[in-house]
Amino acid sequence: MTLLLGALTIGLILSLLALGVMISFRIFKMPDITTDGSITLGASIAAILLVKGVDPWAATAAGALGGMLAGAITGILHTKFKINALLAGILVMTALYSVNLHVMGRSNIPLMQARTLTSHAEEFGGKLIGAKSLNVYGWPVTASDAALLVFALMAAAVMGGILYMFFRTQIGTAMRATGDNPQMIRALGGNVEGYVIMGLALSNGLVALSGALLAQYQGFADAQMGIGMIVWGLASVIIGEALTGGRSLGLTIIGAIMGSILFRLLVAIALRWGLNPNDLKLITALFVFAALVLPGLINKIKRKTTNSHQ
Amino acid sequence: MLKIQSIRKTFNPDTVNEVRALQGVDLTIEPGAFVVVLGMNGSGKSTLLNAVAGTFLVDEGTIHIAGTNVTRWPEHRRAKLIGRVFQNPFSGTAPGMSIAENFALATHRGKPRGLGWALSRNLLNPLRDRIASLKMGLENRLDNAIGSLSGGQRQALTLLMATWLKPDLLLLDEHTAALDPKSADQVIALTNEVINRDKLTTLMVTHSMQQAVSLGERIIMMDRGRVLHDLQGPDKKRLHPQDLIDRFDQIRRREQLDESAAAMLRATYI
Repeated sequence: MTLLLGALTIGLILSLLALGVMISFRIFKMPDITTDGSITLGASIAAILLVKGVDPWAATAAGALGGMLAGAITGILHTKFKINALLAGILVMTALYSVNLHVMGRSNIPLMQARTLTSHAEEFGGKLIGAKSLNVYGWPVTASDAALLVFALMAAAVMGGILYMFFRTQIGTAMRATGDNPQMIRALGGNVEGYVIMGLALSNGLVALSGALLAQYQGFADAQMGIGMIVWGLASVIIGEALTGGRSLGLTIIGAIMGSILFRLLVAIALRWGLNPNDLKLITALFVFAALVLPGLINKIKRKTTNSHQ
Repeated sequence: MLKIQSIRKTFNPDTVNEVRALQGVDLTIEPGAFVVVLGMNGSGKSTLLNAVAGTFLVDEGTIHIAGTNVTRWPEHRRAKLIGRVFQNPFSGTAPGMSIAENFALATHRGKPRGLGWALSRNLLNPLRDRIASLKMGLENRLDNAIGSLSGGQRQALTLLMATWLKPDLLLLDEHTAALDPKSADQVIALTNEVINRDKLTTLMVTHSMQQAVSLGERIIMMDRGRVLHDLQGPDKKRLHPQDLIDRFDQIRRREQLDESAAAMLRATYI
């Protein structure tokens, strides 16, 4: 049961990453690798501030702001200096590796002694429930695990709701149009470059927020924790689209959150069954490859069979 | 309303791909005038339109719209003054977004966009009425993605979007060239209706001699980046499609003559 709750909680925390990737990959149609660096940046900034005794809310917000700055830099490299979007992301991601080491001062910061949002949530949950553990349909659940799950759920729901509302405002609609047809929104007076910079800042802010929360949940920040996270986010977005089957804004947002949870559950089950953790990234990459290629392949085969019938 | 003074534009200067697309164009258009631009491929007519729209900045010369010097303004800033319909029916609308959302974007052409809701009842009711007047049956499909519509429908909607806020200048870049004849006629009728109703100052590029003769009050014929003929008033009214075709033949013959004459000279003297 603890395993299941843990998987759900991490899935929810990483759903913020999935939402960030959804913004860059689906709304702006750009694969933004800055993600790998900005999730670690969010974790590093939050961790170093927490160790210094800064309020956990402020430390988490600072982490998210750091991610927004990183995303804005990628956006500026891409729009103002006309660097290919993929390369701009690679440059910032690479630079962030050094930045993260400087922020932390070493490659790993443990947060066991620090007061974090996790310890806040655990205390609050303990007080609210009033007992050390709950009984859910016959399964014992510790109060702190339950509190963390609820906290992560709230974080995902609030951010998902805010995004849904934001992308229906005048400026949010213009940002969606930027990804859909930049020529059109430019002809209607939209500053395409500005929207791309803002969008990447928003995307990486969410990713860094996810990193800051993840560091507090797992109790440490590590310079290596971002590797391959863009692929993780892509997998979540793609699973989400398969689950909800919708291309509308609301369904994509809900899908990204559901996809992240489901993907984390699948990973937890696979690891439980004896999957070598070293193979995890390889399998994730293969999964995303299959998800990107299969729909087109299936259509091709379908067309061939219908043609042969005629 | 539009004042263009000796603008020049060279693409890829000092390379083998150098194209002198505009070589000193002067053009003044009075408020409310409907001007048709004709020319063969490569004559610079679309380049002229793009120079006005701000797709690129000109090398020399100035462009004034409604008394404002917009020569150095970027494209998105000029959008405040300009409504545009493109040749490609896919260019003027965001395919993944609904009809209503596309119009919500058009209602803020050139205006600051804030955190207010994009869609509001104040927009949807007049929008439904206006789209119903197209008689395309789209008024009940406002929530459908625009990408699911035909080219003719999308071009008609783009025209409505470009003119939802009255533009100081309307630019139409061969906006019926990619449509089937029936859709093209519909869009041209709508164009005429909108321009006459709002007395819009319009610059329209076309390949169709028929459209050039029947629409507008002035014809500009371009050749090699210059304005070759400027027909207006009684000249324009008397014009038949055949006259225009004859003028094009003249241009073509003169170009051929230039080439053959050069070849002859080369053969004789080199």
